[in-house]
Amino acid sequence: MPEKGKARRIDRREFIKRSAGALGLAAITASPLVAVVNRVKAANGLNGAISQQANAKGKQARAWTMIIDLKKCDGCVIINAPAQCTQACINGHFAPVGQEWIQVYTVELPGGGTTFLPTPCYQCENAPCVNVCPVAATYHNEDGVVLIDHKRCIGCRMCMAACPYHRRFFNWSTPELPPEAALATYSPHYPVPAVKGTVIKCMFCAHLLHDGKLPLCVIGCPMKALYMGDLNEDVATNGREVVQLSKFLDENDAYRYKENLGTQPRVYYLPGHGQEFGRSAQDPRKMIPPVWNYGGLGFDYEVQPFTWKKVPK
Amino acid sequence: MRRRTETEREHLERIALNPLSQTGRGYYFLVAFLAAVVLWGAYAFFTQLRFGLVTTGMRDQVFWGLYIVNFVFFIGISHAGTLISAILRVTQAGWRTPVTRMAEMITVTAISIGALMPIIDLGRPDRVWNMVVFGRFQSPLLWDILSIASYLTGSIIYLYLPLIPDLALMRDRLGQDASLIKRKILTWLSIGWRNTPEQHHRLEKAIGIMALTIIPVAISVHTVVSYIFSMVMRPGWNSSVFGVYFVIGAIFSGIASIIIVMAIFRKLYHLEQYITERHFRNLGWLLLTSLLLYLYLAVSEYLTIGYKLEIEDKHLLELLMVGPDAFLFWFFVFGGLVIPALLIIIRRGPVIPRLVIAAVLINIAMWVKRFLVVIPTLKVPLMPFEFGAYTPTWVEWSITAAAFAAFILIFAILAKFIPLLSIWEVAEGGEKKAPSKLLETIERVGLTQEEVEAMVASEALRRRQGGR
Repeated sequence: MPEKGKARRIDRREFIKRSAGALGLAAITASPLVAVVNRVKAANGLNGAISQQANAKGKQARAWTMIIDLKKCDGCVIINAPAQCTQACINGHFAPVGQEWIQVYTVELPGGGTTFLPTPCYQCENAPCVNVCPVAATYHNEDGVVLIDHKRCIGCRMCMAACPYHRRFFNWSTPELPPEAALATYSPHYPVPAVKGTVIKCMFCAHLLHDGKLPLCVIGCPMKALYMGDLNEDVATNGREVVQLSKFLDENDAYRYKENLGTQPRVYYLPGHGQEFGRSAQDPRKMIPPVWNYGGLGFDYEVQPFTWKKVPK
Repeated sequence: MRRRTETEREHLERIALNPLSQTGRGYYFLVAFLAAVVLWGAYAFFTQLRFGLVTTGMRDQVFWGLYIVNFVFFIGISHAGTLISAILRVTQAGWRTPVTRMAEMITVTAISIGALMPIIDLGRPDRVWNMVVFGRFQSPLLWDILSIASYLTGSIIYLYLPLIPDLALMRDRLGQDASLIKRKILTWLSIGWRNTPEQHHRLEKAIGIMALTIIPVAISVHTVVSYIFSMVMRPGWNSSVFGVYFVIGAIFSGIASIIIVMAIFRKLYHLEQYITERHFRNLGWLLLTSLLLYLYLAVSEYLTIGYKLEIEDKHLLELLMVGPDAFLFWFFVFGGLVIPALLIIIRRGPVIPRLVIAAVLINIAMWVKRFLVVIPTLKVPLMPFEFGAYTPTWVEWSITAAAFAAFILIFAILAKFIPLLSIWEVAEGGEKKAPSKLLETIERVGLTQEEVEAMVASEALRRRQGGR
């Protein structure tokens, strides 16, 4: 029958149309599912493990805070050594030259003298870097530390643009590492070995904090100028003395760097210029650069324009 | 018997369609050269993939470089198509018709190249899919992806719709010896266009809807591109005027690109009859308007930060106006704004060379301007350390050259498959002079030009007499 034939032809057309539509719809509806599945997978990984352990031990979440007492910080010029916080951090994390996670800057004072300013990542509560990340590779963990998932980071460097403290660095290539780095297993809490093409920064030594230990820079500081504390428990320690955090901040005129930006950093400074160890603000001695006993030039060995004849190590 | 002369329509078809079937040797040389440059760029990108972004001149302080500059530049010139064809279509500017097709082609080509740039810039281009899987709407980069994808899709549709009648024409004009594949592709692409009034009506409607839709999408694209910068706290970027600034800048460089492309194809394809000095003059005025708007925005941008002189802004202005980037900055001011404005305003000498010089200057200066938006800001130290430095390496220059070569290459290849003039629209514009039925009759009967002229004259005489 011609009518039937006609109907069948339309049917086939309809069939192709509908199956194409159904496939498209299925693909569209499935794509968020993939995202959800991946999120669940990620949650079951390290972050999940930590919060589960924390819950099992009946611990409440921490609010990790660092206090840097500039009255005690002499930039290690008195002991005639490189800044020991930076050095300890390098030895522990193998951060290459120019990418020291806790860098100590020499800041000029109004009267012409100088003070030293150790600068870790400020772990901002309203972190601009976390806001702009397009793939949620950088995030706050349950203790308020800003971590980076280097297995997800796409290397767009938007977070570096957003960070007003210049505390983020980029792995421009595979970094040069000492042999002992091979023993480390990567986790966002301890990003060693660093992953090429991703952003890296200070993690407040989240792996040590988790085990109830102090960060490397706090342990490494010979002047005990660095304190690690918990805003929730209102307590802080430099490894030698334990202080009541809120009182300690109030009584020592604590301030936060670039407070006006509204980033709410979790690092407090107590103003000073190393006077507790007798350093005068006019002290002309300069800081000694840190040492990389394994080379440490990292990928940055090729500062000059890179030609194709030179094959990197 | 006298051979009848070519009608206007036939002339138009010959001029517009001939380049599609006849290819000179120079064309192959050009394509081979451009393909070589693109391949060289691909090699540079391969080197970058192999060793990482260490092969570029970017480092922790100046962590964005030429790729982002090119990204903003190409997205900028992609605004050519939208402005010329959508805005002029919506405002029913009749003179636009011979220009629209080229403008739309610029849009599609530029946006394809521009969208690749941030992916090349990624540290992990292998993970670009993460943007889809883990995408966060809070991030300006995701806004970029969304609006650029919509703009690309929209402008491809917007290029395709007015192309349908021309594709159908090409299908109908295929000779006996045309290959089956060519015939099939053209038949498929022209989706059964038979030039019926209903099809015409529907097509006009669809084009009208797309023209209206694409304008806000285009504006959103460049606004969102500017948001990558203005959503972060950096001197020079931390500005609320950035969205408008970028949109106007995009339109500005877009018009300049159209003028260049028009002049080139006018010469190469002998389109003098269709692309006249009037088109250049009109575009020149549009160019001047956008130039003045851009100048206004540039002045407000620098005046507002220069008056207050916050310390980081002061560093930035020093870099720009007296520091290492001063040469580029003043080149932008004089080469991109002052001289082109004078070239447009002072009407001495032939129009087309004058405007082409202005347009070339503007495009170079606008690329420089994008460089000045991205790099000096990143050089300004945010902490107590020294100024950053940036020297692009051969990898970046190669990929940049490849991007420009790819732009011309895609355009050259497209120009072999698509008529550069919108034949049906140009013809329609011409038909408005005489009643279209009359023209159809003339075509069918095959009258000579003299006969037609005589007929038109007698018809006019009759009407005038009838009116009295």
